Amino acid sequence: MGEYEPVLLANVGVAGSHTRAVYESRGGYEGLRRALCDMSPADVTERVKASGLRGRGGAGFPTGLKWTFLDKKATPVYFCLNADESEPGTFNNRILMEEDPHQVLEGLILSCYATGARTAYYYMRYEYPLAWERTRAAIDECYAAGLLGSNLLGTGYALDVVLHRGAAAYICGEETGLIESLEGKRAWPRIKPPFPAIEGAFRKPTVVNNVETVSCVRQIIDRGVDWFRSLGVPPDPKNPRDAGSFGPKLYCLSGHVERPGCYEGPLGLTVRELIDRFGGGVWKGRRGKAAIPGGISMGLLREDEFDCPLDFNGPGRYGCLGLGTAAVVVMDETVSIVDVLHNSCRFFAHESCGQCTPCREGTAWAYKILQRIRAGHGRLLDIELLRGIGDTIGIMPGTTICGLADGAAWPIKNAIAKFRDEIETHIKTTNPGHYGATRPVPERHSAH
Amino acid sequence: MAIVVVDGVEVEIGDGERLNGVQAARRAGIEIPHYCWHPGLSVVASCRMCLVESGKRDPATGQVTLLPKLVPACQTPATDGTVFVTQSDTVRQARAMVEEDLLIRHPIDCPICDKAGECSLQDYHFRYGRAERRADLRPFTSRRRTLGDTVSLFVDRCVMCSRCVRFCREVAGTSELMVAHRGAHEEIDVFPGFPLANRLSGNVVDLCPVGALADRDFLYQQRVWFMRSHKHVCAGCSTGCSIRIDTNQDRIHRLKPRANAAVNQWWMCDEGRYAFKHVHDASRIVEPRARVGNRWEARDWPSILDALRGRLADAPSITVVLSPHQTVEEAYLLAALARRHDPSARIVVGETPMRGADESFPTGFTIRAEKCPNRRGVERIAEGWNEAAGGSESSDDFGWSAFLAELDRGARPGAVWIAGGGPDGAVDPETALRLRRTPLLIVQSLFHNPLCDQADFVLPATAFAEREGSYVNATDRLQSFAWALRPPIGVEPDGPLYWKLLDRSGLYRGPVVLKEIAERWESFAAARGSIPETGLDLGGAVRPQSTRRPAAPVSTT
Repeated sequence: MGEYEPVLLANVGVAGSHTRAVYESRGGYEGLRRALCDMSPADVTERVKASGLRGRGGAGFPTGLKWTFLDKKATPVYFCLNADESEPGTFNNRILMEEDPHQVLEGLILSCYATGARTAYYYMRYEYPLAWERTRAAIDECYAAGLLGSNLLGTGYALDVVLHRGAAAYICGEETGLIESLEGKRAWPRIKPPFPAIEGAFRKPTVVNNVETVSCVRQIIDRGVDWFRSLGVPPDPKNPRDAGSFGPKLYCLSGHVERPGCYEGPLGLTVRELIDRFGGGVWKGRRGKAAIPGGISMGLLREDEFDCPLDFNGPGRYGCLGLGTAAVVVMDETVSIVDVLHNSCRFFAHESCGQCTPCREGTAWAYKILQRIRAGHGRLLDIELLRGIGDTIGIMPGTTICGLADGAAWPIKNAIAKFRDEIETHIKTTNPGHYGATRPVPERHSAH
Repeated sequence: MAIVVVDGVEVEIGDGERLNGVQAARRAGIEIPHYCWHPGLSVVASCRMCLVESGKRDPATGQVTLLPKLVPACQTPATDGTVFVTQSDTVRQARAMVEEDLLIRHPIDCPICDKAGECSLQDYHFRYGRAERRADLRPFTSRRRTLGDTVSLFVDRCVMCSRCVRFCREVAGTSELMVAHRGAHEEIDVFPGFPLANRLSGNVVDLCPVGALADRDFLYQQRVWFMRSHKHVCAGCSTGCSIRIDTNQDRIHRLKPRANAAVNQWWMCDEGRYAFKHVHDASRIVEPRARVGNRWEARDWPSILDALRGRLADAPSITVVLSPHQTVEEAYLLAALARRHDPSARIVVGETPMRGADESFPTGFTIRAEKCPNRRGVERIAEGWNEAAGGSESSDDFGWSAFLAELDRGARPGAVWIAGGGPDGAVDPETALRLRRTPLLIVQSLFHNPLCDQADFVLPATAFAEREGSYVNATDRLQSFAWALRPPIGVEPDGPLYWKLLDRSGLYRGPVVLKEIAERWESFAAARGSIPETGLDLGGAVRPQSTRRPAAPVSTT
């Protein structure tokens, strides 16, 4: 593979890249002008569909297909831009919104044009003050330049963007949780059906797309379908349900590497390639021990699985949940998997919205078990308890409404499947003489 | 006609019906456990207790394809060809998991919990839970918090089904309750300064599947297994909610609504719910009294019955004032008694107590201003008797105010029998004085009131729970019930009393009298067959409220 020239991050690092002047001087909004004049909304949708673009938010649902699910007869249609990037280890949306807010806006306008939305809700997480400031300024610039408002570039198409700031909850990144939160309610994900494309925000048809996804839409309109399909991994011919993994991807590399950061490459780079070529290898000359392939909810990879390609199917072949956000967190050999799992369970216990019983109680229970194991009161029985929780919560077994519980379950399942020896050793060495207990042990921590 | 298969049993579902898995299974006689789903509230599918396997049956081949994962039955519509499997191992494991999850932190205070014995968590745990506890977490003790005047919350007993929150939003329309915090720290709460204070607040206690929401009035009063439930009808207003009266040892401990789509849906108002205190009030009249000169003399029933028979037989003319608190049957018998002694006896309907204005809630549930259960039924009876005597049909002819006006014009009935039974609405002393010249005044009342001062005989009236018969509510729906409570010693309920005075043989029984009425008059024709538990519509002859006038102030001369 030849040297890859970044496109999504092309403007990052350019002085003043967050202003419209710099953005336009580097070819910004040209695609939008052309599309608004020459292309019908159906053409845009068709082109996105042909490109094989899949959602970059984590689930990887084909974007063009999602747009076609919209109820054509119902009006208005709303577009929600999901900028509630909260998956641990993920920060590509932040880079885009801070360094190149106009690229996101151009993609957003194109997506709204394609879907016929006249109002777009830009749902940004609370923790991004700089992205908030720059996006707000960029929206103002667009209104001033006639790129937003009642008559876009004189074409008669009208679009308003409403910038909405979340209140810092992981669950608001779930699309129906986001919609509920947008409506001013608790972000309790909705039961589906109806899907948002039929009944979403304010009970109207709604599309929810990720920031990186709409940025890709802009690239597709700019550079064409062929360019997009030349990148990435074609569909597996043996799997008729595989839609392929085309296009560029922003990889977030963090953890124990020499050069953490957000790197762009075509879909399908392997974890090892990412660590060695972009990240400068595992830090301090140590060996890697494990990596998270795409945000903690996707599970864990062992060092010998680092050849896992980061496309929409790769991590699944290694027992992980999926590609997720392609946010790779690397752990070196000094890291205790018990600590990793403890941290992961704490996160999900804290972020579970509390609506479905299995997730609300299961995540909290898993966290408490891990607290006890870390405190030196583990039992071998606890591993089975944890695995039981991991196997039974989530939308995959059908026991919860949204996928948060699957994300909570996967690190548990993977850690036990791939690092069982280490966990057992930890329990045996920290709780000698008692690790075989099957009777409840006294509680170390208060219940809350 | 859609066919749904539940555990191999085929269930037919009508064309216009929209049922979910829980309802379809119920038709097949299979109970799917659930916490958060309630037919009167929106579906959230969050408790996950009703998880089942579901799929489709191919109409052509009969081949069943099941979904690879569990689905909540409450959220799955039962359409033609839908298959539900509720007894598989996967389903059993899922139920055990949810039960285990809910009990991780649930306080083990069943011995002091009001809900024990009728608690879903308890019942389901025995039926579907795991035999042993795996969680080694210490459950909380139950923190108690007052949500409003009527309801207390035992915070840690809550299973977060959110029924109470949805009720306040969707039915009461007041949204006082909310979920605070997140994840396992979630709690039901109210905003500071905004307590749970709507007129339907007591319903959240009925909705609560566990012991989290407690009725402050009922708290620690009774173990539920000691109580006996009696189907009855609320007498608080003319809506006539279907209720259950829970009694133990001749005391009412609580009233609960019964589901009745045509009347009260699943709800009842707080006013009705707590309107049973007067039944056990110590100041109730519990013995018949006769006036001897200037003083009262308590009499035993045999002697008072003899005296009444004699005096009524001697009276030149009789007027009876029926009470809108009486049942149809009781009113009928009292009027029959009057007509027996005086074939042209006047049948008057007593004053209807009115308070405030009707209040309707978003789902259509209505609290009515007419604070008596049976004005329409009693009016039908009065109409029937008056027509039988060739009287006109105008309501003013048998209205209370018309009667008073007649008295003021100098009419002097030989005997007046005024029935009662309402908890309040006593006649004011001025009105009572207008009756003082009546040669024979018989007054039935729960409590002493100014009318009693003018009376020759004061008989104890019957409280609603002691009555047997039927009420006709504001929408002309007739609902029948049997007595729920034995009256205090010394009180002869209206039905048996009139029955004896009429010298009828056997015991008074509501259905027998209703049959007689239905056979006799067209206005009760619908009641000729059996009366369903939810009542039946009498139809026709709707007499609008507006024709009734309040008693005109007339000076006593």
